[in-house]
Amino acid sequence: MSDAAAPAPAPAKVSLAAPSAWRRATRSGGLVVGLLLVIGMILVAAFAPQVAPYDPDAQDVLLNLVGPTADHWFGTDAFGRDVLSRVIWGARISLFVGFVATMAGVVFGTVVGVISGYYGGKVDKAITAATDVLLSFPQLIMGLMLVAVLGPNLQNLILAIAITAVPAFVRVARGSTLAMKERDFVDACRALGYGDLRIMFLHVLPNIMDEVVVMASLWLATAIRTEATLSFIGLGVPPPTATWGGIVREGFDNLLDGWWLSVFPSLAILLVMIALNLIGDGLRDATDPRAPQ
Amino acid sequence: MSAAPITAASEALQVEGLTTSIRIAGHWFDAVRDVSFTVRQRETLALVGESGCGKSLTALSIMGLLPGAVGRVSKGRIVVDGVDMTAATEAKREAMRGDRIGMIFQEPMTSLNPVLPIGFQIAEGLMQHRGMSKDAARKRAVQLMELVRIPSAADRLDAYPHQFSGGMRQRVMIAMALACSPRVLIADEPTTALDVTIQAQVLALLADLQKQEGLAVLLITHNLGVVASVADRVMVMYGGDVVESAPMRAFFQAPTHPYSEALLAAMPRVDRASKLAPIPGQVPTLPDMPAGCRYQSRCPLRIAKCAERPPLTPLGGDPEHGVRCWVRAGA
Repeated sequence: MSDAAAPAPAPAKVSLAAPSAWRRATRSGGLVVGLLLVIGMILVAAFAPQVAPYDPDAQDVLLNLVGPTADHWFGTDAFGRDVLSRVIWGARISLFVGFVATMAGVVFGTVVGVISGYYGGKVDKAITAATDVLLSFPQLIMGLMLVAVLGPNLQNLILAIAITAVPAFVRVARGSTLAMKERDFVDACRALGYGDLRIMFLHVLPNIMDEVVVMASLWLATAIRTEATLSFIGLGVPPPTATWGGIVREGFDNLLDGWWLSVFPSLAILLVMIALNLIGDGLRDATDPRAPQ
Repeated sequence: MSAAPITAASEALQVEGLTTSIRIAGHWFDAVRDVSFTVRQRETLALVGESGCGKSLTALSIMGLLPGAVGRVSKGRIVVDGVDMTAATEAKREAMRGDRIGMIFQEPMTSLNPVLPIGFQIAEGLMQHRGMSKDAARKRAVQLMELVRIPSAADRLDAYPHQFSGGMRQRVMIAMALACSPRVLIADEPTTALDVTIQAQVLALLADLQKQEGLAVLLITHNLGVVASVADRVMVMYGGDVVESAPMRAFFQAPTHPYSEALLAAMPRVDRASKLAPIPGQVPTLPDMPAGCRYQSRCPLRIAKCAERPPLTPLGGDPEHGVRCWVRAGA
């Protein structure tokens, strides 16, 4: 009885909770590295006027085709323009096109996919058929055709790349919605008198966002690559505007005289691809319950 | 039992001659046949029977939630709180659901949206049906959580379903179903997924709320123990037919239909040492359903007349106690 007055020892704080999604996502470090790289690039692109050492379009015929030096880290091109400055300014266009096109594709594709999966029946059949037709074209050919028809400018480039992204997101959203529709909470929503729109976009959509976000991060890489490819073959934003694909293309003409012309913008593209894929893989590991712990 | 005039206001739910058909391989079969009943305020009607006998289909018909391509109400009338649901437009039915008629489901673990906070899910119906502001609905959600006895309700408003146990989730489901003070509550096996002590708590909670709110409860279950503890009246279904309808005590003291007897004989009881008697065979599938009495393929009392469908006949001396059997109705 003597210890009855003694205060009960405070229970030790033991966390029995499963490691959080963030912990799971960052365990391998890929997601963090990818995010840092992408954020770094976005910052550089956003502050291009402050960061770039030279005017990307300023020509200096006396200094053409100079290799990497302390003054021109990435060298200069045939017109004497600073390649580093052009790569930095090019990041603006390339990243902007990639992000905006992917966002547009994600929003439209996901909405259509949710509707298709939720309603089923004839609506679903029509949408699935249309998606299959779009998917039967290789993505690059599709982008090529669209830009060729619409004409090469920034707006059409974004539109074309967005359209090529749509079917992929229709598929992902439709599939996830089909699975989600069978869940009991959807029946419960119906029993509570909620309308189709509310159920689709307030209840089903948040439940499928994990898959959509993973897919979007991977598609971002594809979109940036498509933009670079289209610019490379001359169907991108017309010169002299600097874009990564365009700089590679320009460097191609003088490749034997200056390896740096194409290598540095190519490395920029490579770096973005790697970073976005690291993010995609990290997010997938974080959201996939079957991923190895 | 056909078409009695509908007058009394205390009757919150009236079902008359409900026939629900479902489509199997391109053909329509009557999975619920000519079912009629009423549930008054403060009354609990238990719908019992084994799996596949039409209990849940009856509930879905009342809610207007039959999957359109494979299920339809082909005959009959369903009146909820004075509104004829069968004649109503889909928009009207949608407005009724969650407002004047609520439903709770068997699986509390999966019936809540995993990515939305509990408080929002309770408040959502109030915003939807009552046009409440977000703040007002949240305040009411706390009251509702207290009503269903969720401890430290205000702190748990923003908790997610995975932070709740099964019993607590079922309380949340009850709070959601009762948010708009409906007059009718359909409880489809509300305690089947819960362990026995939690089951008792949830049933006691439902009974209390029923008294407070004057709810009419349609309880769907295959657990006769649950029936004995909460029901006022019992309706036994078999193969889509109501085979016996009786006040709770009369049902347990003198089950009359051979299927009711068999159900009770198959229930374990402490006061009886004899072995449990299983019912031989299983419910025939709809395409194989015998003409006439649907229980005849498993019935020990079968006579030639069973090929004809027996009516639900009131037993002598008790108009509330009806049985659908030629032999037992004394024909």
